Amino acid sequence: MTDIPVTAPAKAPKTRTGQFFDSDLWWSFKNSKPAIGAAIALTVVILAAILAPVLSPQNPYDLASLELWNAELPPVWMEGGQMPFILGTDVQGRDILSGILYGTRISIFIGLASVVVSLAVGVMAGLTAGYYGGWVDNVLMRVGDVLLSIPIILVAILVSSVAQALLPPELREAGISIVLVLAIALYSWVQYARVVRAQTMVERRKEYVQASRLVGTPARRLMLKHILPNTLTPVFVAATLNFGLAILIEATLSFLGVGMPPNQPSLGTLIRVGNQYLFSGSWWIVLFPSIQLCILVVAVNMLGDWLRDALNPKLR
Amino acid sequence: MLAFLIKRFANAIFVMLSVSFIAFMIFRFVGDPVELMLNEQATQEQRDDLRTRLGLDQSFIAQFGTFVGNAAKGDFGISFRNQQDVLAMIAERFPATFELVIVATIISLVVGIPMGVITAIRRQTWYAEAMQFTSIIGVSLPSFVVGIGLILIFSVWLGWFPAFGRGDTVQIGWWSTGLLTHTGRMSIVLPALSLSLFQITLVMRLVRAEMLEVLRSDFIKFARARGIPARAIHFRHALRNCLMPVVTMTAMQIGGLIAFALVTETVFQWPGMGLLFIQAVTFVDVPIMAAYLCIVALIFVLLNTIVDITYAVIDPRLRGAEK
Repeated sequence: MTDIPVTAPAKAPKTRTGQFFDSDLWWSFKNSKPAIGAAIALTVVILAAILAPVLSPQNPYDLASLELWNAELPPVWMEGGQMPFILGTDVQGRDILSGILYGTRISIFIGLASVVVSLAVGVMAGLTAGYYGGWVDNVLMRVGDVLLSIPIILVAILVSSVAQALLPPELREAGISIVLVLAIALYSWVQYARVVRAQTMVERRKEYVQASRLVGTPARRLMLKHILPNTLTPVFVAATLNFGLAILIEATLSFLGVGMPPNQPSLGTLIRVGNQYLFSGSWWIVLFPSIQLCILVVAVNMLGDWLRDALNPKLR
Repeated sequence: MLAFLIKRFANAIFVMLSVSFIAFMIFRFVGDPVELMLNEQATQEQRDDLRTRLGLDQSFIAQFGTFVGNAAKGDFGISFRNQQDVLAMIAERFPATFELVIVATIISLVVGIPMGVITAIRRQTWYAEAMQFTSIIGVSLPSFVVGIGLILIFSVWLGWFPAFGRGDTVQIGWWSTGLLTHTGRMSIVLPALSLSLFQITLVMRLVRAEMLEVLRSDFIKFARARGIPARAIHFRHALRNCLMPVVTMTAMQIGGLIAFALVTETVFQWPGMGLLFIQAVTFVDVPIMAAYLCIVALIFVLLNTIVDITYAVIDPRLRGAEK
C-alpha cells in the first residue's frame, strides 16, 4: 500500500463523513483485505435480503404460486434444471433461491433484534451495577454468573421450547420470533453488562463525573449522557461479534426444531428441511441455504475480528 | 487457601441450586402433573389423593426442597413418555456421548497443537497465514452445517464412512463402547471430526499465542545461543511451557462439548444423551429435560471448579485475586 499518511492533513475536515474518512478506523479498514472482503459480502447479502420481494422469482409463502411438477428440479447448470429456478426447487416446487432470500431476512431480523434487546438490557444493567455498586451490583452480577455457568445452547433450547409449549396456539405463529429473540438475548446481555460495569466503575471516580454530580446532574442523565459514551467502544465490538453468534444460535435452534417453523423458515429451518433429502440425491435443497448461512456468519465474524483489533489501542 | 476453597465450593453449590431451581420451574410451568398422569374421568378425590402423594399440596419452598433432595440422590422421577426411570435412561446414553466427546478432544489436541506451533514459528510463510485465516472461518462455521457437509462428501458422495448411528457396540459392565468394533470406529469418525472442528481452532489459536510469548523469553534465547537445534527448542522447551493453559482450557471445554454434542448427535443420529434430550424436548418430556439440564450443569460446574482450584494450587497469587 502506498497511501500511508505520514503527516496529518493540514485542514481538518468539517463534515461528519469527512471526519470518518479521515479516522484511524477507516485507514485500518482500507488496509485490511479480509475486512473489505467481509464488508462487501455482507452488503451483498443484506441488500439481497432487503430486496427479496423484488429479486426473487417467486414468493415462497404464496402457496398458489407453487406447482408440483416443478418439484425437486436441480440447479440450472445441471441437466433438467429450468430457468427461473436458478438454484433448483424443493419437494414442494418452491424455488430455493427465493427461499434463501426470504430466509436470510428472518435470520438477520432475529439476530439484529436480539442484539438490540440484549444491548439495551446489558447496558442498563451494567451502568446501574457499576454506578451504584452494593447489593444492586451483587444481585445483577450473580444472576449473570449463573447464566454463564450453564452452556448457552441449553439455555436457549429450554427457554424457546418451554415458551413455545406455553404460548396459546393462536399466538404461536406471531410469538415465536419474539420468543427466539428473548431466548438469545437472555444469555448475551451478561457480556455487555460486564463490559459496561467495569468501565463505569472506572469512570465513576473520574473528575468530570464528580464535578457533574456536584452541580446536581441527575444520576440518570449522568449515566446516559456522560458515562455511557465513554464505555461504548468495547460494547460496539462485542455487539458485532454477538450479532454473528445470535444468527448462529437462531440457525441452530431452528435446525434442532425448536426455532422458526417451516411456514416461516429462517436459514436454519431451510437446512433442517433440506437435511431430510440428503440421501435422496437432492443435495441442492440443503447445500445452498448452508452456504448462505456460512457466508453471512463468516462475514460478520471477520468484521468483528477486524474491529476488535482496529479499536484496540494496544495493537496500534 | 481454605477460605478460597470454601468460597469456590459455595459458588458451585449456589450455581447448582439455581440450575435446579430453573429445572423445577420448568416442571411448574409446563402443565399440571396431576392432569398429565390421570385420565379425564378421575374423580376429585383421586386427584386430591395423587396431589398429596406427589407432595403438590405442600408449600412452594417445601416442594423445591423435595425436588433438590431427590435430585441429589439421583432420583429425577420417571419419563412422561415411556414410564422408565430417567436416570437409568440417561446413564444408558452417557457412554455414547462421553466417547464422542473424548475422541473429539483427542483429535483437537493432535491436530490443533502442531498447527499452533507451526503458525507461531513460521509466522511469515503463506501456509501459516492460510491456517490463521482458515481458523477464523473454522470458528464461524455452524457445527451442524459442518456435519451435513461431512455427510454429503464422505457418506453420500464418496461412501467412505457411515452417516448415522453408532455401529456395533460391545458391553463392558454397564458401559457400552463402540471403540472396540470396526463399524463402531468407522461410525465415530465423522461426528467426532465435526464436533472437534471448533475445538481445533481454539487449541491452535491458544498454542500460537502462548508460543509467541514463550519464544520471546530469555531461556529460549539462551538455548539458541547454546546451539541447541531449533527443532528441540521449539518442541521440547518452548512447547512444554505452553501446555499448561492448553490442558486447563481443554478440561474446561469438555463440559461445553458435552452440551454442544447434542447438535452433532442430532445431525448424525448418534444415540447419546443429547439426542435423548432433543427428543424429550419435542415431546415435552419434562423429567428428562430437567435431569439432563441438571446433569450437564453439574459436569460443567465440577470441571470449572476443579480447574480453578488446580490453578490456585499451582499459582498462589490467584487465591487473593478472587473477590
